[in-house]
Amino acid sequence: MIPEIGHFALILALLVALAQGIFPLVGAARGNLAWMRMGRTAALGQFLFVAIAFGSLMHAFISNDFSVLYVASNSNSSLPVQYRIAGVWGGHEGSMLLWLLILAGWTVAVARFSRHLPEEFVARAVGVMGLVSVGFLAFMLFTSNPFERLIPAAADGRDLNPLLQDIGMVLHPPMLYMGYVGFSVAFAFAIAALLSGRLDATWSRWSRPWTMLAWMFLTLGIALGSLWAYYELGWGGWWFWDPVENASFIPWLVGTALLHSLAVTEKRGAFKGWTVLLAIFTFSFSLLGTFLVRSGVLTSVHAFATDPARGIFVLVFLGIVIGSALLLFATRAQRIGLGGTFHPVSRESMLLLNNVVLAVAAGSVLLGTLYPLVLDALELGKISVGRPYFDTVFVPLMAPAMFLMGVGPIANWKKASLPDLATRLRWAFVVGLLTALLLPFAMGRWSAPVSLGLLMAAWIVTSSMAGLLERLRRSRDSGSILAKLGANSRSYYGMLLAHVGVAVFIAGATLVKGYETEKDVRMGVGDSVEVGGYGFRLERLSEVSGPNYIASRGEISVTRDGRAVTVMYPEKRSYPTQKNPMTEAAIDWGFYRDLYVAFGEPLDATTWVVRIFHKPFVEWIWAGWLLMALGGLLAVFDRRYRIAVGKPLRAPASEPLLREAGAAAAR
Amino acid sequence: MRMLMAVTLLAVVPFAAFAREAPPAADDPVLEERLMVLAGELRCLVCQNQTLAESQAELAVDLRNEIREQMRRGASDQDVIDYLVARYGDFVLYRPPLKATTLLLWSGPAILLLIGIVILTRSLTRRVHTVEAPLAEAARARAQELLGADGGAERS
Repeated sequence: MIPEIGHFALILALLVALAQGIFPLVGAARGNLAWMRMGRTAALGQFLFVAIAFGSLMHAFISNDFSVLYVASNSNSSLPVQYRIAGVWGGHEGSMLLWLLILAGWTVAVARFSRHLPEEFVARAVGVMGLVSVGFLAFMLFTSNPFERLIPAAADGRDLNPLLQDIGMVLHPPMLYMGYVGFSVAFAFAIAALLSGRLDATWSRWSRPWTMLAWMFLTLGIALGSLWAYYELGWGGWWFWDPVENASFIPWLVGTALLHSLAVTEKRGAFKGWTVLLAIFTFSFSLLGTFLVRSGVLTSVHAFATDPARGIFVLVFLGIVIGSALLLFATRAQRIGLGGTFHPVSRESMLLLNNVVLAVAAGSVLLGTLYPLVLDALELGKISVGRPYFDTVFVPLMAPAMFLMGVGPIANWKKASLPDLATRLRWAFVVGLLTALLLPFAMGRWSAPVSLGLLMAAWIVTSSMAGLLERLRRSRDSGSILAKLGANSRSYYGMLLAHVGVAVFIAGATLVKGYETEKDVRMGVGDSVEVGGYGFRLERLSEVSGPNYIASRGEISVTRDGRAVTVMYPEKRSYPTQKNPMTEAAIDWGFYRDLYVAFGEPLDATTWVVRIFHKPFVEWIWAGWLLMALGGLLAVFDRRYRIAVGKPLRAPASEPLLREAGAAAAR
Repeated sequence: MRMLMAVTLLAVVPFAAFAREAPPAADDPVLEERLMVLAGELRCLVCQNQTLAESQAELAVDLRNEIREQMRRGASDQDVIDYLVARYGDFVLYRPPLKATTLLLWSGPAILLLIGIVILTRSLTRRVHTVEAPLAEAARARAQELLGADGGAERS
């Protein structure tokens, strides 16, 4: 009964979404205020129905209702309850439902927190999000209904893939989708601005906090995914250039470009057309990512061709979304105008260059991800594109962007001078260079790639500090250092934090690649081995049983210079319902290094192949991403966006003036 | 060096004194290292998207044994690659070879960068030749004022 309620709620949600997509847009075009206001109500209604559907599916999972096909394929009665909840998005249908729930959530948030914006603008944005929702609801109802019954019901479920039975599965997909779907707000705002024909600085100011928030979620989502792969796959790697990872990385790169471009549009009114394009593409790539991961096209182009309903639907939907958005852009482009002028050497031009680099990087990752699919579809042969390709292409592209990251933030708007910049940054450069040259010696071995990586990291940090010091020195506040620090905006500190995050990430990635040690050994009870200055000794082996698996567990004591450091418990688990054995690596986390122990294959009853890693500074990789996300969060709460959650702006008097200003700027 | 470390370890860890140094999993660690570096650029053909080095699939284990055997007989990395490509095609290589069908793949990023830079320079030079309309500036200042005092407060 409850699954049918869920199904019915989805149908109702589709009808409400249609109303949400049509009435506000038509109302905005005709100036009908009542129709415009319908958008907010419909958004709330849609959210309610989608939430009911989501709740019904979750109920089916928690209560082990194996008469629902989706539950039977992705859960099992012995599965712990937290993974039954995560099982809701463990497969295709459920993740689409999660996508929808989050989209409805963002829409309600836009309707709620944009009361100070012109009614017309909000109506259009909510309408556009409603139309996106219509597409996804129709997709679910026609091709991927999670409530489909299985008659007769299965005695028990096929279980969730053991790889997914992890806290990572509970956190990573919702976080990632919050980011993906959050970019729909930037997209909807861009379309609303295009429809109204008023692309001005105010539009970018409204769009910025939303875009920043979505970017923050995507950043966290990617970091969580990487961390999860690190500890779960038993290989100690943190990024595999897997198409699924690339699918989330491409929108991140374009979204990062969008953030920087929005900053220029807000501050200087320039790049308006480019910013709108980026907003369209960021969301389009989010959709493309969903399509790539969920259509099965990555596994095999041919599997996709034999069961094309889903793929064709998403492809057509993608075509409609991107096509209509670009068409609208093309018809309005000539009205956009250039905005403020600037010199070829200025903060604007550097941000533009940053945008070019990020866009080219995103394009290259996209090329490498799609190329084998296209080649295969055209029957021109099967090839694989993996890490060697992406490393060759991506790293050289990003190096100049890292250099710009130091210069851009201190360059003046409109016109900067290179000699002046060089003078202001000379100490930052000297300190950065010395750090990069000398630090590898402290690590025990000098090598050029390590030094180069450290140069980028150190340069970002020292130039950021130079910028901050300069601001403090120039500050007109004569008060304490705290008062001077307080005079800078939160978005400035957000930027600093995010940039330093990039540096921390680069440092971590460089050091772990340069200095990690790995040993694969045969270990029987009592055997010991030395890795990275630590002694590892297998004390005993035991059999343990978890809720839905049995495991061989090792107890490995770790010593350093004779002193006990820790005891680690690597496991090899086997899940009866899903045959394949799982490696559960033991990790001793640390600020300076991780110790990572994973069981390989058993050689006999008392001997295992054991893989042991000493990974210096590996945690810095995720610490860097966390800093980036925190930087984003700080910028969201900048004072000048505070209006977004405060009381409405006294709009009636100022709006005509704003309109005039926008129109004037557009001429 | 390894022996030295093992000896020091044995000397300083009293309770480990009776312990055996765990032998490397491979008979020939140097060859194994070479094998794994090469296998890291090869695809496990039956896996979802894993390198030959990472996979524990039966075929991957067999192939590693095969490569190990060939290397032991003195085959170079290129010999091994040629052998695998002859058997499984380019699909086995994670670094696609440069040929007519992959020309666009390898040149694509450079072409994209070139296009980006051309567009960038064109738009920059175009801007230099446009004179900013003073009205727009004045109107924006008014807009800024209306948006609140802190609108332009961020020093830049």
